[in-house]
Amino acid sequence: KGIYDESLSSFFRNVDTRSGGDGPDIYKGKICSLKARALLIDMEEGVVNEILQGPLRDVFDSKQLITDVSGSGNNWAVGHKLYGCQYRENIVEKLRKTAEHCDCLQCFFIIHSMGGGTGSGLGTFVLNLLEDEFPEVYRFVTSVYPSGEDDVITSPYNSVLAMKELNEHADCVLPIENESLFDIVNKIHQMISSGKLGSTVKQNSLVTSSAGSTKTVQEKPFDSSGVALAMIVLELNSARFEGSLNMDLNEISMNLVPFPRLHYLVSSLTPLYTLADVNVPSRRLDQMFSDAFSRDHQLIQADPKHSLYLACALLVRGNVQVSDLRRNIERLKPSLHFVSWNQEGWKTGLCSVPPVGHSHSLLALANNTCVKPTFIELKDRFMKLYKKKAHLHHYLHIDGMEQSCFSEAISSLSDLIEEYNELDATKGGPRTDPSRLKIAV
Amino acid sequence: MSIVTVQLGQCGNQIGHEVFNAICSDVHGTHGLCSKKENESYHDACKERFFSEEESEVPVARAVLVDMEPKVISQTLSIAARSGYWKYDDRSHFCQKQGSGNNWANGYSVHGPRHKEVIMNLVQKEAEKCDRLGGFFTIMSMAGGTGSGLGAFVTQCLRDAFPTSFILNHVIWPYGTGEVIVQNYNSVLTLSHLYRSSDALLVHENDVIHKICAQLMKIKQISFRDVNQVIAHQLGSVFQPTYTAEGGLHYSRNPLGDLMETLVPHPEFKMLGLRNIPQMPENSLPYSTFSWPGLIKHLRQMLIANAKMEEGIDWQVRPPQLGSSIPSSHSTNKPMHFNTSIANLVILRGKDMHNVDLGSFRDPSLYTSWLNPQDAFNASLFQQSKVMMNKLEDSSYALVETFLCLKHDGRVRNTEQCICSVDKAYIHQYTKFGIEEEDFLDSFTALEQVISSYTIL
Repeated sequence: KGIYDESLSSFFRNVDTRSGGDGPDIYKGKICSLKARALLIDMEEGVVNEILQGPLRDVFDSKQLITDVSGSGNNWAVGHKLYGCQYRENIVEKLRKTAEHCDCLQCFFIIHSMGGGTGSGLGTFVLNLLEDEFPEVYRFVTSVYPSGEDDVITSPYNSVLAMKELNEHADCVLPIENESLFDIVNKIHQMISSGKLGSTVKQNSLVTSSAGSTKTVQEKPFDSSGVALAMIVLELNSARFEGSLNMDLNEISMNLVPFPRLHYLVSSLTPLYTLADVNVPSRRLDQMFSDAFSRDHQLIQADPKHSLYLACALLVRGNVQVSDLRRNIERLKPSLHFVSWNQEGWKTGLCSVPPVGHSHSLLALANNTCVKPTFIELKDRFMKLYKKKAHLHHYLHIDGMEQSCFSEAISSLSDLIEEYNELDATKGGPRTDPSRLKIAV
Repeated sequence: MSIVTVQLGQCGNQIGHEVFNAICSDVHGTHGLCSKKENESYHDACKERFFSEEESEVPVARAVLVDMEPKVISQTLSIAARSGYWKYDDRSHFCQKQGSGNNWANGYSVHGPRHKEVIMNLVQKEAEKCDRLGGFFTIMSMAGGTGSGLGAFVTQCLRDAFPTSFILNHVIWPYGTGEVIVQNYNSVLTLSHLYRSSDALLVHENDVIHKICAQLMKIKQISFRDVNQVIAHQLGSVFQPTYTAEGGLHYSRNPLGDLMETLVPHPEFKMLGLRNIPQMPENSLPYSTFSWPGLIKHLRQMLIANAKMEEGIDWQVRPPQLGSSIPSSHSTNKPMHFNTSIANLVILRGKDMHNVDLGSFRDPSLYTSWLNPQDAFNASLFQQSKVMMNKLEDSSYALVETFLCLKHDGRVRNTEQCICSVDKAYIHQYTKFGIEEEDFLDSFTALEQVISSYTIL
C-alpha cells in the first residue's frame, strides 16, 4: 500500500474503515482506504450496481449514491423537473457532506451525457444546484454528445434542453462525441493488427487496454469512451503534481474563456500509445504536438485547424522543457488561424510527472469555432422533430414543462451559433489596429 | 546593510531560490587571487546582506516566500534545506491552497487585502532581524496572477509601511508568444501600479534570456531552471558587495540606496535593464581569454545598439555627434536604434582593475542632455576576482537605464486592442473580482505617459 499524499487527496479521501468511514480523515501517511470524492447519481440501478460489484467497489461509499428504480425514460423533463424536485434535498445534503470533507474545494466535475434523460436532465439540474449552493466553486462539465446514428429518438430534444443549461450555468464545457472515440479506438486496433507497430507497443499504454489485454472494438466500446474521459479529467488536474510552470483549473477557465458564453473547449489527447523505447528523441516529441492539432485526435468531430481559434492551452506532462514547448508553438503557429485580437493566445503548462505508462503526454484545449458544426447539426435534428411536434407530449405533461421551455432552449442555441458566426466572419479579414490612447504631453 | 527579499508567486520563488544559491556558492568558492583577510571581509559583507546567522548551523536567507498555492514553496524550502549550505527560515512563508488563476484582479483585490496582515507581519519580522535595513527586493513575474496582482498589492503595502526604505522590483517579462493568454492585461496592470510605489523596476525578459541560453550558453534543451540560473547569475553579480569608486577599501554600505542614487535621478524614469558580459558555458572557460578593453568595448556597443548579449551586436550604430548644427529637435538628429541612456552603472569584477579605462562610458553623447555626464555615470569596482558560478576570471557587468520602448509598445498596443475592440475580451474575468474597465483605462494612461516620456529623450 502506498503513501497518501497531496496529489491523491485532490481526488480521494483516506479513511479508517474501522470506524465505518465516518471517522475523521487521515491526512498523511499510509493509505488505509481510499474513498472517492464523488457522488454517483442514476435513476436506475443497473450501472451503479455493476460498479459496486467491480474492482472499484470499495472506493465508492454507499452514502455517496443516489439511485432510483425506473429510470428517466430518455426524457429530459423527467430527469430535470420530476426527479430534480424529488431528490433536491437529498442531493444538496450529500453534496454538502462531501464538500465538508474538503480542505479547499476548487472545482466540481460533472460527467454526463446529453442525449438521455438522467444525465441530461437531472445532470443539468445538479449543475443549477451547484451554482446556487456553491457559487464560487468552478463547474467543469464533460458532456458526451449524441452521434448522428444515436438510437435514442428524443436525444435532440434532450441535448438542446440541456445545452441551454450549460450555456447559462457551466464555467467550462468539454464536449465529447462517441463517434470520435470509436474512430480513435478503431485506428489503434487497426495499427496493432496491421502489424505496423509490431510488438513494440508497451503493455498498458493503450488508451483502450485495461488489465493488460486489448479488447476488440465490438466488446464494450463505451468502456473506451469512459477511459478517454477519465484521462482527460486526470490530465486537466495535473496541477496536483509539481512542475516548472504549474497550470491550475481556474487558470484554464481564466485564459480560455474570453466571453462568458463561449466556454466550449475542444480537447485532444496525445499520444494514444507509447512505443517501448524510453528515450524520446525530439522528433517524437514534435510528432506529439502535431498530432494534437490533427482532426484525428480531437474528441469531437471537428477540425480546429481550419476554423478560428479564440484561445489555446497546451498542458504537457513528463520530461518536456520550455524550449520544446516554444519550438513547437513557433512551428505550428503559422498553420493555425487565431482571432485578430488574440494572435498570441497560447496558455502553457509544464508538469514534471508523466501519466502512468507513458513518458510524456499532451492535452490540448482549444476554444475554437469548430464546435459550431456540432451545434448546428444538433439544431437541425431538433428542428426536424419539433416541426412535427413529435414526442412533445411526453415532455409537456410533466409538471413545470411548457412549450416555452423548448422555444427558449432553441433560441439560446441559435444565439450561441450566431456568436460563433460573427467571430468566423472576422477570420482572414484585415487586422485593424485600434488607435492608441492619446495623452497630453 | 541588509536586504530583505520578497519572493512572490511561482516565478518569484523559483528565481529567488536560484539567486540565493548563486550568492551562497559564490561565497563558498575558493579563489587564490586575494588575501585571506579580503576574502573574509567579503564573506562577512555578503552574509550580512543576504543571510542572518541564527542558532542553526547554516545561514538563513533573509526572505519572505509568498504564493497562493503550496507546491512551489514547499519544493523551494526543501531543496534549499537539502543543499546543506543555506536554508530559508521555516516560518517565513505564506501560502494558500487555490492559486490566483492567472487573474490579476484576484491577486490584487481579493488575496491582497485578505492576507495583508499575515504577509506584512512576516516582512516585519524579517526586517527586525536586520541590524540595518537597506531595503526590499521583490521578485515576481508579470504574466500570472499572484506575482503580478498580489505583488503589486504587496509593493504598495511595503511602501506604506516603510516609507523611507528603498524598494527594488525585479519583474519578469513573459515570452512574446504567450505563456499565459491574459499576460498582456496582467502586465499592463502590474507595471502601472508598480510605477507608483516602487523606486525602480529591474526587468528581465524571458525571450532574451532564452536566447542567451541557446546561443551563448549552448544549452540544447532549455528548461526554466536554466533560464532562472542565468537570471540569478546576473542578479547576484549586481548585488554582491562592491567597493565604490571613491571609497576603495570599504564595501558599499548601502547597496540599494547607491543603486537608486546613481540610476534613478528622476522619478519618472524607473525602468532598469541589465547587461552582462561575458556569458558562456563552464566548459568553454579554459579555452577563452579576456581582456578588459575588449570587454568594455563590447559592453559599450551592446548598450548603444540595444543588444542584450555579445553576439549579433550591430556595430553600425553610433551615438550622434555632439555640437552638430541642429540645436533643437533631437529626434531628427539621432540615428535609428540608438539607445540613449539616462544613467549607467558599470560593475567590474576581476583582477587588474585599476588600469581599466571607462572613459568611453563617460561620453556625453550617450546620455540625455539634462544630466551632467559626471552624474550620469558611475563605476563600482570589486578588487577581488570573486567569480560567480561560472568561475570567470574577468567579468564586467553594466547596469544601464533605458526604456525598452519598442518592446513595450508592442505589448501595450496588443492589450489595448483587446479592450478597444467592441468585444472587450476577458474583461468579465476581471470585473468578477472588482477591477473595472476604468481601472484598465487608468493603467493604460499611466503607461502611455511613461512611454511618451521615454520617447522624447
